[in-house]
Amino acid sequence: MRFVLRSREPRWLPAAAAGLAIVATLALTAGPIRLAGAAPVSAFERYVVTPLTTGNGIAEVLLAATPLLFTGLAVAIAFRVGYYNIGAEGQFLAGAMATTAVALALPDLPTAAALPLALVGGAFGGVAWAFLPAFLRRRAGIDEVVTTLLLNPVAVLLLQGLLNGPWRNPDTGFPDSATFADGYRLPALFGSRVHAGLLVGLVLVAVTAVVLRATPLGVRLRAAGQSPAAAEFSGVKVGLLQWRSALVSGGLAGLGGASQVLGVQHQLTGSLAAGYGYTGVVVATLGGLSAVGVLAVALLLGDVQVGAQGASIALQLPSQMGGVLTSVLLLTVVAALSVRHYRLVRRSPRAVGG
Amino acid sequence: MDFPVVAVLAATLTIATPLVFGALGALLGERAGVLNLGIEGTLYAGAFVGFLVAARSGSLALATLAAVVAGALAGALMALLTVTLGVNQHVAGIGTTLLLVAACDFSNRQLFGGGQQTVTEKFGRLFAGGGIVAQYPMTYVAFLLLAPAVWWVLRATGAGLRLTAVGENPEAADTAGISVARTRWTALVVGGALMGLGGSFLTLSVLGTFTLDIVSGRGWICIALVIFGRWKVVPVVLGALLFGLFDALQLQLAITPAFGSIPNELLIALPYLVVIAALAVRGRGVRYPGSYLTAYRRA
Repeated sequence: MRFVLRSREPRWLPAAAAGLAIVATLALTAGPIRLAGAAPVSAFERYVVTPLTTGNGIAEVLLAATPLLFTGLAVAIAFRVGYYNIGAEGQFLAGAMATTAVALALPDLPTAAALPLALVGGAFGGVAWAFLPAFLRRRAGIDEVVTTLLLNPVAVLLLQGLLNGPWRNPDTGFPDSATFADGYRLPALFGSRVHAGLLVGLVLVAVTAVVLRATPLGVRLRAAGQSPAAAEFSGVKVGLLQWRSALVSGGLAGLGGASQVLGVQHQLTGSLAAGYGYTGVVVATLGGLSAVGVLAVALLLGDVQVGAQGASIALQLPSQMGGVLTSVLLLTVVAALSVRHYRLVRRSPRAVGG
Repeated sequence: MDFPVVAVLAATLTIATPLVFGALGALLGERAGVLNLGIEGTLYAGAFVGFLVAARSGSLALATLAAVVAGALAGALMALLTVTLGVNQHVAGIGTTLLLVAACDFSNRQLFGGGQQTVTEKFGRLFAGGGIVAQYPMTYVAFLLLAPAVWWVLRATGAGLRLTAVGENPEAADTAGISVARTRWTALVVGGALMGLGGSFLTLSVLGTFTLDIVSGRGWICIALVIFGRWKVVPVVLGALLFGLFDALQLQLAITPAFGSIPNELLIALPYLVVIAALAVRGRGVRYPGSYLTAYRRA
């Protein structure tokens, strides 16, 4: 028996690979969970099923999925054209900071003016943070992976600097910004903590899905990412597409940061640097760089995140196991999908010497 | 004002040490054609595992060995994903980093409760009081043993030539009878071991404890240094020293009264910005290893 390269892949393979990856993930994480003193089966139930059994749980899942929609879409759009923006973390934080700047500078605006302005401000903050790496890539051919990565810790430092300095809470003295004025609150939905940022995210998912599937632009984006040389040859301006996608990607991540401070925290805090941008890479990759995929995976990871919080209380299992679970799932899925390039044959087609 | 030149230069060497380990580890992988973005997590794992074993066994030698093994295993994971399975290198690397950071945070929480800081025995400085040469043993290892060794291996040994051949043109190397997969596996495992050692320097030499922000982007700095040094050992080490100098200068400025009004965070961010600026200047038109980012499959 040996593996040979497949010429064409059957339709059922991605689904089979995903199933295999899920089984592998459960098998690989069961050991550490048991070592930590919890029963794996009840832990997995807590992670995936328990959050969905109550209305409040479902609301928390939607809340946890909301920022991941934005960062997942941001990464997907950039990766799709072959621009490896791994700076969604920094762009998300830059968006939140820009939104905070608007909210603190113009506290008296009515909601109808305040929210659009703050959201647009957040998007611009993300674009601004994405600008330098995109510019260096376009003008000087400098690898965007390193520059986008390096700007992430810089964004965290800027956030801490602002909270320790000019934006330190005047009432409490804590390194959190003042609470935003009432005009700067995204409306709550379903009488829960879920907020209108979810609707913004869903609209963006729908728009992205239509653009990618049903427009000439979507075709060009796909071509640029899959085979840049061929795309260039057939008249697609790959560099220009990457430049624009890079900025749109930054804007989406920034909008995510805006949605998070306007919808959940109503102030800027250091806890915002919680890895939403890096998780966006997981969401985009597992979602197959498609908009609907991003939506599905964001919901799944939101589910696991809420489950991990619950499990840390109910089973004394540290909540970081949620992160272990999602990163193992990422790696097993990409590993299983890579195997689809091969198929197993019984005997080698002809005897080869040695 | 008398500026403490000796103290700044001594700090430069100390700060550059983990970067030399990490960047040379990354360089090995990249010269063979594999970008290891798992480096940030591998440094973190080296730091945590070193700390864990030191705290539990009390042996710094055992702790150092454990960090090396942890790093080598992380390198093996990258090799399995990118070399054997041909997974996209960016995704595999970020995934490896996320996994290692989450696994260490989980273990830290479970074993040490997260909150309280356990302090371990740590390496002392050699030639204490000797100014610039009063350094931790690993600093001597990095500059006097490791850097010359990697330089020599890449330049003058069969293994080094095979590594470069595989990185530049895997098809030709394969035709010449060099195993592409074995060469890349070796480069990633050895490179990962170096990263693990570099991470353990932070806990076992500098701090004597483990904190969640202990690595804070140093892995990304290493990746940048490799490009800055154009995949050559000497310029990469010089780049690490340059970063170390800027970081030492900002630390000095932070405690210099005349500059007391500059926010601390701005100073800490300065070296990152310097690296980006250096890349913008020196990163133009660099020639990447021929098979950079490309999995190899026989046609």
